[in-house]
Amino acid sequence: MELVCPAGNLPALKRAVDEGADAVYFGFQNTTNARQFAGLNFTDKRAREGIDYAHARGKRVFCAINTYPQPDGWAMWTRAVDQAADLGVDALIMADMGLLDYAARRHPDLARHLSVQGSATSHEALRFYHDQFGIKRAVLPRVLSMTQVRDLAKQSPVELEVFAFGSLCIMAEGRCYLSSYLTGESPNTRGVCSPAAHVRWEETPRGLESRLNGVLIDRYGEGENAGYPTLCKGRFEVGGETYHAIEEPTSLNTLELLPELEELGIAAVKIEGRQRSPAYVSKVAGIWRQALDRLAQAPGRFHTEPAWMTGLGEVSEGTTTTLGAYERRWK
Amino acid sequence: MSAIPTLRLSLGPVLFYWTRERYADFYREAADWPVEIIHLGESVCSRRRDMKLDDWLGIGRELIQSGKQVVLSSLNLIESEADLRDLRKLCDNGEFLVEANDQSALQRLSAAGLTFVAGAALNLYNPATLAVLSRLGMQRWQAPVEMSRVDLVRLLDDCRQQGLDAPCEVFAYGHLPLAWSSRCFTARRYQKPKDRCQFVCQKHPEGLALRSQESQQVFTLNGIQTLSGACQDLRHEVSDMAEMGVNVARLSPRPTGMAEVVEAFDAARRGELPSPDPLSLVDAEVCDGYWHARPGMDHSRATPPE
Repeated sequence: MELVCPAGNLPALKRAVDEGADAVYFGFQNTTNARQFAGLNFTDKRAREGIDYAHARGKRVFCAINTYPQPDGWAMWTRAVDQAADLGVDALIMADMGLLDYAARRHPDLARHLSVQGSATSHEALRFYHDQFGIKRAVLPRVLSMTQVRDLAKQSPVELEVFAFGSLCIMAEGRCYLSSYLTGESPNTRGVCSPAAHVRWEETPRGLESRLNGVLIDRYGEGENAGYPTLCKGRFEVGGETYHAIEEPTSLNTLELLPELEELGIAAVKIEGRQRSPAYVSKVAGIWRQALDRLAQAPGRFHTEPAWMTGLGEVSEGTTTTLGAYERRWK
Repeated sequence: MSAIPTLRLSLGPVLFYWTRERYADFYREAADWPVEIIHLGESVCSRRRDMKLDDWLGIGRELIQSGKQVVLSSLNLIESEADLRDLRKLCDNGEFLVEANDQSALQRLSAAGLTFVAGAALNLYNPATLAVLSRLGMQRWQAPVEMSRVDLVRLLDDCRQQGLDAPCEVFAYGHLPLAWSSRCFTARRYQKPKDRCQFVCQKHPEGLALRSQESQQVFTLNGIQTLSGACQDLRHEVSDMAEMGVNVARLSPRPTGMAEVVEAFDAARRGELPSPDPLSLVDAEVCDGYWHARPGMDHSRATPPE
């Protein structure tokens, strides 16, 4: 299984490669990718440097152009595709059907991966993207259980990449408009979710309050850990109860599922977190490299090391991890 | 100059889980409403099984008698082999056009050479995407719920220039469908696992309000689907919609007062809706922000905060 790691900037890319990533993925500095953060992502020059660094070490580089071209911006998205092709990336990660069609016609020999934002949750959906746009690989949404992944893997016409570790999207990715409902900006349109420009923190007599465009997302009492106000991870009131009505702040960690994923023929595991620090990337990549190497050596005797789990726990949201939808009872 | 095209009205599929009696009563009434298109079927959760495909086909046949165009809406989130089997049956129904709400449906319909309607969550943001679907047999398409008027004007202009003329539909009334998850949030509220949910969402024919700790209704929980907290209402935009080339305005069913909603939109498209009184109290639970290129929850006629 290929280990695919996030590169929010050049230092993160180098650290990922040094720590054992088989492939890294990056985006350009605009709304063409789903991690549009200030100070993050790559200029043409930096991308060239990063690609040279990875290629010199036998590693692959993917370019994420996985937002949806907006009515006034088609040229910006096609330019990103052409630019990535010129740079010599090994694959494009895309979601938009029109853009996939463009890339397939303009750069037929450049591998196309379906982004998780393309929301393919069945083998029929994968076949659609395969037949129409010749995708080589698809990243599966984090909504499927292990049984469902198994059914899908049996009949998939393309290689599959699954999320291994990182922030947990609770909604079917690419089809969540909650962020634009509150802020006007969404992953699809602007490559952001719960964007920082709309976040406000305030100490009040009732506690520390986090708001997103004025909407109270959470309120923290004395001694409680305050997390980033991602709108689906706040505490809300439903039917007289106040709780994490949608999801707790937690990260996905599928380390213990590795043998099963391997057996299903999953081609790659993906680490989330282009917005995280080079230190995060380095740590996570290193642990997953060790785990994958251990798996390759003795597939029948794989077990997770406590040190790996502790290490991953330390860099998790809310310092807790979950198997998410892979585990049926989570639903 | 060609005449301004008339805006058609459609009823979206019922997004909530109602009882068989409620569906039957609702569509018996809807047969007499001034809507041209009616979408039927369960598009949210495959566990909701009170209504079988045959039941929907039966309702559809009656609505055809009343002169309605009937469209069957497919499930938005396909997860299992059982979901795919149901989808196949829906697509192969042999009588009615299908609204494709994910790529599994697109695959099934295009492979069978069947024409289709393209749903809002297919993410149709640009002419290139619409061109792909037009080649595959798209008869009508719904704009993404988050698309603004300004963007839609541009998109429709570009489509016309490229000879893409499939009718466009806009979500004009109702709680906006904003997200789908494999987790059921209604079952979560009742602390039940999804596999043994006991169909608690049927107790909430208009969903379950999710409020901030300051009692602002932020979202509406509807099983695995999350809807907007406020109800989008674009009744005052329908003449503008018709002028810019929108062909269909979708009204999303609610359990009560739907006849009045349809009546208001029908009056609006005939230019007979009274203009909004700036002095009247604005219903706090109404929104139209997306249309005005603002956060979806905003309301254009609400008094700005101090």
